[in-house]
Amino acid sequence: MEKFKYVEPQFSEQATELRDLMVKYIQMVSRRLPDDVAGKLQELSKFEVDPLQHLVYETMMENQQLAADLNRPSCQDTGTMQFFIKVGTKFPLLDELSDVLVSATYRATKTIPLRHNAVQTFDEYNTNQNVGTGIPAIFTELVPHSDKLQVYVYLAGGGCTLPGAAKVLMPGEGYEGVVRFVMDRMTTYGVNACPPLLVGIGIATSVETAAIQSKYALLRRIDSYNKNPRAAKMEHLLEDGINDLGLGPQGFGGKKSVLGVNIINTARHPSTIGVAISTGCWSHRRGLIKFDNQLKYELPLNKGVEL
Amino acid sequence: MREFHLTTPIKDKDIKNIRIGDIVYLSGTMVTARDEAHRRVVEEKLELPVDIKNKAILHAGPIVKTLDNGEHQMIAVGPTTSIRMEMFEEEFVHKTGVKLIIGKGSMGIKTARACKEYGALQLVYPAGNAVYAAKHVEKITDEKWPDLGMPEALWVCKVKDFGPLVVTIDTTGANFFDAKKREFNKRKEVIIKRINEQVRFIK
Repeated sequence: MEKFKYVEPQFSEQATELRDLMVKYIQMVSRRLPDDVAGKLQELSKFEVDPLQHLVYETMMENQQLAADLNRPSCQDTGTMQFFIKVGTKFPLLDELSDVLVSATYRATKTIPLRHNAVQTFDEYNTNQNVGTGIPAIFTELVPHSDKLQVYVYLAGGGCTLPGAAKVLMPGEGYEGVVRFVMDRMTTYGVNACPPLLVGIGIATSVETAAIQSKYALLRRIDSYNKNPRAAKMEHLLEDGINDLGLGPQGFGGKKSVLGVNIINTARHPSTIGVAISTGCWSHRRGLIKFDNQLKYELPLNKGVEL
Repeated sequence: MREFHLTTPIKDKDIKNIRIGDIVYLSGTMVTARDEAHRRVVEEKLELPVDIKNKAILHAGPIVKTLDNGEHQMIAVGPTTSIRMEMFEEEFVHKTGVKLIIGKGSMGIKTARACKEYGALQLVYPAGNAVYAAKHVEKITDEKWPDLGMPEALWVCKVKDFGPLVVTIDTTGANFFDAKKREFNKRKEVIIKRINEQVRFIK
């Protein structure tokens, strides 16, 4: 059996600079929750009344402080790294970009350190490098007439990834079928996925088109709404509905179950409604970094942070 | 919410009055053991290379740093989803004599049966709080089955006041999450009906 071995390519000077910035950003994402998530957790903690729920929230707040003070990843499951990028066709490092992100993952794993989360399938061994075939996963969207880059970094842990599911419904099942699909997932897998959860729902045609939208939904800010009034209404209905299940932090029971519900929808084939769900745990470690063509960066989700 | 402080080795009398919903803090020996360790013991019939009789396991894959002097430092550790071990746990408890099964989320009827039969507890550490947990690991004293890789290897830990651990299955076989899930499911049907009256967008 030939073992997987990662060999770092030679990069241009500017690509090296981008790679090193990404390593620093991954480190920050691994230890500090984005502003919208941290704020929402504070808000949700105030609704709880029982000592058990208070104890859980107190532990969470103390943990985040310790992670910041000791500069360590706040959760041991630093996930399989996923990058969702929008890149201008005139961005100067387009050719090197994918390699840069793999190298950044590799280096971040060593220096932070991150957990080794790449197991080669069928051969079933851990590469011990946190990179492997198809890991990190990189999803690319091209933006015409632009020389900019934006990268969503997502540390996708196993526990919150496990509830992920997609299904193609018949139109006769309607949006009612979507509701049933989501709610059933919450009372089974959701309980163990570290609530309060961020629930991402994709509505499209098929399993893969719905699945990718459900993942993009997890990248959207918690306080954002779908532009379509009916979809926004469904976000509210599901948010209230899942909260009323009373999952509470860690599924121990409590007043609130979710950080939010985000839906992203596309048009669909007339014969199908594709629906997918992806969940993010309370420790929703997703970041967004935006670069211009000189690699000047902005961090819209991390106010006051410099790399 | 009663609070208990346990130290390994754990005797039957130490835990027989502890009930679901109680809080435990653990001192002594705790070994990480998750999917592959369970599979090796139960399916491959291998003997666990660490004695965990009357001690604790944690369903977890930590981040461990190997220092220049060869010692291991616990950087971050916390539980993984315990239901994955449900298919192995009854036999695992029987074979190893472990007393505390620490993890995340619910486990099922087989684990409950093992807790009752062999006098053990299932406990949940609030997951995601990995630095807080690592601060209560005083030392990593050994690593076994390193071939499994960092998350799956057995990391033998000396812990001090490791917790809070919520008791979710006690020695009577009572299951904290069973009652919770019944509540969640009962509420769910009412909620679905309520929402579905408002999402009839296809006319």
